[in-house]
Amino acid sequence: MQASWQTGFSAAVLNPDHPLPIGINGKKRFAVYRNNVVLGLTAALAANFPAIKRLVGDEFFARMAKIFVSANPPQSRLLAQYGGAFPDFLGRFEPLAAYPYMPHVARLELAWLAAFHEADAAPLAGEELAGLAPEQLAQTRFIAHPATRLLALPCAAVSIMAANRSSEPVPAIDPAPAEFGLVTRPHLEVHVAHVSASTHAFLTSLLQGKSLGEAASCASEQDQAFDLAANLQCMLAAGVFTKTH
Amino acid sequence: MPHLPSLPAHAHDRAIFPDFQLTPRAGAGLKPEHIDAILEDSDGVGFFEVHAENYMGKGGAPHAALAKIRNHFPISVHGVGLSIGGSEPLDADHLARFVAVVKRYEPALVSEHLAWSTHEHTYYNDLLPVPYTQNVLDRVVEHIDRVQDAIGRQMLLENPSTYVAFEQSTMTELEFIAAVARRSGCGLLLDINNVFVSATNHRFSAETYLDRFPLVSVSEIHLAGHAPETDDAGLPLLIDAHDRPVAGEVWALYSRVIDMTGAIPTLIEWDNDVPAWAVLKSEAQAADRILSSTRHGLRHAG
Repeated sequence: MQASWQTGFSAAVLNPDHPLPIGINGKKRFAVYRNNVVLGLTAALAANFPAIKRLVGDEFFARMAKIFVSANPPQSRLLAQYGGAFPDFLGRFEPLAAYPYMPHVARLELAWLAAFHEADAAPLAGEELAGLAPEQLAQTRFIAHPATRLLALPCAAVSIMAANRSSEPVPAIDPAPAEFGLVTRPHLEVHVAHVSASTHAFLTSLLQGKSLGEAASCASEQDQAFDLAANLQCMLAAGVFTKTH
Repeated sequence: MPHLPSLPAHAHDRAIFPDFQLTPRAGAGLKPEHIDAILEDSDGVGFFEVHAENYMGKGGAPHAALAKIRNHFPISVHGVGLSIGGSEPLDADHLARFVAVVKRYEPALVSEHLAWSTHEHTYYNDLLPVPYTQNVLDRVVEHIDRVQDAIGRQMLLENPSTYVAFEQSTMTELEFIAAVARRSGCGLLLDINNVFVSATNHRFSAETYLDRFPLVSVSEIHLAGHAPETDDAGLPLLIDAHDRPVAGEVWALYSRVIDMTGAIPTLIEWDNDVPAWAVLKSEAQAADRILSSTRHGLRHAG
């Protein structure tokens, strides 16, 4: 029974209704640990979801986080990964029922966080493509940069996140239109871009390992005006890929 | 534009940083928001301390920033997540990540806490207290042996600040810490603010505690600010908040310790309501003045 002191402590530290652990006296003293644990995890959640915090406000966020952290404490010691269950929680959280974009903004914030901590890799340089003949270029396949994330969002999550992570006042945003988000980290800074449906189709094909020619036809099916040169330029500048093969 | 090939995974295992000798000066906890100011003002302090867990991601800005700092300063790696005081075996994956941080950054000092933070896979993100019993002592020694084997060097164990005491305890904190150091061969990180906080909370004399502390094993000192509260009985209850300057009583205890030991590398911790770099630096310089005025001069190694 050597572990019983720790089991009782653990149960009581996240649940104020649980009796004090065996051998501990002083409700207010034990409450220091309860308070530290809840505030510490709330701060970790706030650090990972700054746009959500700004959208709901500090006080709402603190009350909501208390519920989330008590029900979903971290299962990893790496707090930079904390909050994987937060988008689904937001989707089910009754007081936010009128704001269906919240879980999608949170998904995008998770993608940002993953990209921020991903492995370093040099983005593909344009010179690697410059010397290729058109038929070679059409057959080229690409290896994704480890930080690249592509998301199809059923609402304007990219615009909402960008506005709520900036220090500027938030403009009026129509949350309804679906957006495609491209998250990349060519060097140290994470970039989040709102891309068109055809660019999304193009990059999805390339990320699936299709050749440039195949990906371009896929994108043209989406949009006859698909501009391959402009998309290549954009893809290189964003650092979506690291190598060709 | 030339582009660099990506480094092979093992490249970071090699020594790539200057081999600084840690001098017994004051240092500061490294905060990302201070990096630019520190690099412009590199005479400020003797070393920087980082929490190992903040550098366990694969890459990106945190590693780039720490590498810049490490090129100019010795660093100390301070773990907050190994859960050395826990009843369960150490988490092998987390220990491997801890070893990777130590290998990558070649710190002058490596330390962890006499506390637990994980139980049955849940991570509480806090330094929770342990009862001082023979069972827990055996477990802590076993865990420190495992850490020291894994990193291939000595680690320092930090004394805790506590708000509750366990009725199950069969020995004092001092007896417990002295036994851990003797049996595991670990060094000690003496947090003088923690001593003052615990002494106030549990009504013992901080001076007597420090007089009896195994100072010969101390290789680093921590100083930090605490927040005053009251307990259920209306008595003073200090919280180890790391959110303000070091208190006058803690500075006095620090001078008293340094008079006994000679100069020891000393860290100012300031983790919440973090001030401008100049403010944190001036706290470190206050510690430096005490270190350089010690009657004993430099303590020699061993």
